[in-house]
Amino acid sequence: MLRRFRLEEPDTIQAASDLLVRFGDAARLYAGGTELLLVMKEGLVRYERLINIKQIPNLNQVKLDNGAISIGALATHRELTVSPVLRESLPALVQMENNVANIRVREVGTIGGNLCFAEPHADPGTLLLVLGAKLIAAKKTGQREIAVENFFRDAYETSLESDELLTEIRIPRPSAAGGLAYLKFGYLERPSVGVAVRVEFNGGEKKWIAEARIAVGCAGPAPRRVEEAEAPLKGKSIQEATHLIDEAGGIAGRASQAISDLHGSQEYKEHIVQVLVKRAFQQAVQKS
Amino acid sequence: MATASSKAAERQTIALSFTVNGRAYDLDVEPHELLLDVIRDRLALTGAKRSCDVQVCGACTLLLDGRPVSACTLPAFEARGKKILTIEGLAENGTLHPLQQAFIEHGGFQCGFCTPGMILTAKLLLDENPDPTEKELKHFMHGNICRCTGYKKIVESILAAAKKMRSGARSGKN
Repeated sequence: MLRRFRLEEPDTIQAASDLLVRFGDAARLYAGGTELLLVMKEGLVRYERLINIKQIPNLNQVKLDNGAISIGALATHRELTVSPVLRESLPALVQMENNVANIRVREVGTIGGNLCFAEPHADPGTLLLVLGAKLIAAKKTGQREIAVENFFRDAYETSLESDELLTEIRIPRPSAAGGLAYLKFGYLERPSVGVAVRVEFNGGEKKWIAEARIAVGCAGPAPRRVEEAEAPLKGKSIQEATHLIDEAGGIAGRASQAISDLHGSQEYKEHIVQVLVKRAFQQAVQKS
Repeated sequence: MATASSKAAERQTIALSFTVNGRAYDLDVEPHELLLDVIRDRLALTGAKRSCDVQVCGACTLLLDGRPVSACTLPAFEARGKKILTIEGLAENGTLHPLQQAFIEHGGFQCGFCTPGMILTAKLLLDENPDPTEKELKHFMHGNICRCTGYKKIVESILAAAKKMRSGARSGKN
């Protein structure tokens, strides 16, 4: 059961930001509601008002913009799975989105809501970390860009200010000389561990790894890029990197800040991180 | 516009005009009223069930403008101006939908609690993909849980209905 609340339905970003200023902690932004309404039904949080931002036009568009992929924060998970732009430019993101929760959650839940709610056991943030995504936060007086590395502060905590809305996710278009994979594992409804790996090769010859990026999610309070695990792979041939990947995966596990919870013990999650890093690396190399 | 804020939310009503199984309704709802409660308690359509209440099990599945939603976690105001199909609206002129018929013929239910959600989700699957592989079917239906664990018969029922529908015995209702 939901407790009584009032509904505000602004149709501009400015009006939404105004309402956030006016009602402060008594109000919360509402888009898909797939996370928020669950904790409100449980009585874990209580808001006097919800600010439904789905009346603001054009915030769900996915397009190519000046060489970058632009995803509107209100795009639902399903809209991302059927987007021609993403299918062409970023199939790994389509695949990840196609496995978020279930078909009904994907229908209603938005990528912006997913990121802003910052539930630790979520998929998108981890993949965005290896893609170098930038998040656009807007308020009445203007907007700013937040690198995704600086967005997640802790479980359920982001670096958005109290009067800001996430409006857009901007992703540099991945180069053709690279590969990308996101894998997850879990035995409950939400994943225990999610791992994203991206490799870029130099000169298009696929001989040397110019850059490797690895991110781990779900294991700890917030998704994080594990640069400690990337370093050993840099400048290596695929063959050398393949020999080193167990080691890199082990480093990633230890750097993941895994915590013991319902989804597994710290030790278990660290092990799964290692296994998934290896598999994701193999997939990323194959897809390059 | 809202008036000055107070600690307990004040009552607010929202006009909800929508269509359920082809019939138009005009109701007043409060923002916190859930679609499942409106459908079950105010329209007396009790096919959709409350079970997990956290969007995991699919027992409360409805099709909203043809798309699947968990009515247990969707505020009723989200249905403004939309068309809803519940399990009660699936049969046409007393003739069961091929999926309903197949669930009977192939034993696709035990206690029956998950069945309305299973059938509505399967309807959408077959509308989009008339000839799904078992793997595609399982991915699509991943969010519908049968607590009796009667999955084998459910998969058989859906595949049988798909075959029958492909042979043109009856086209799916939108």
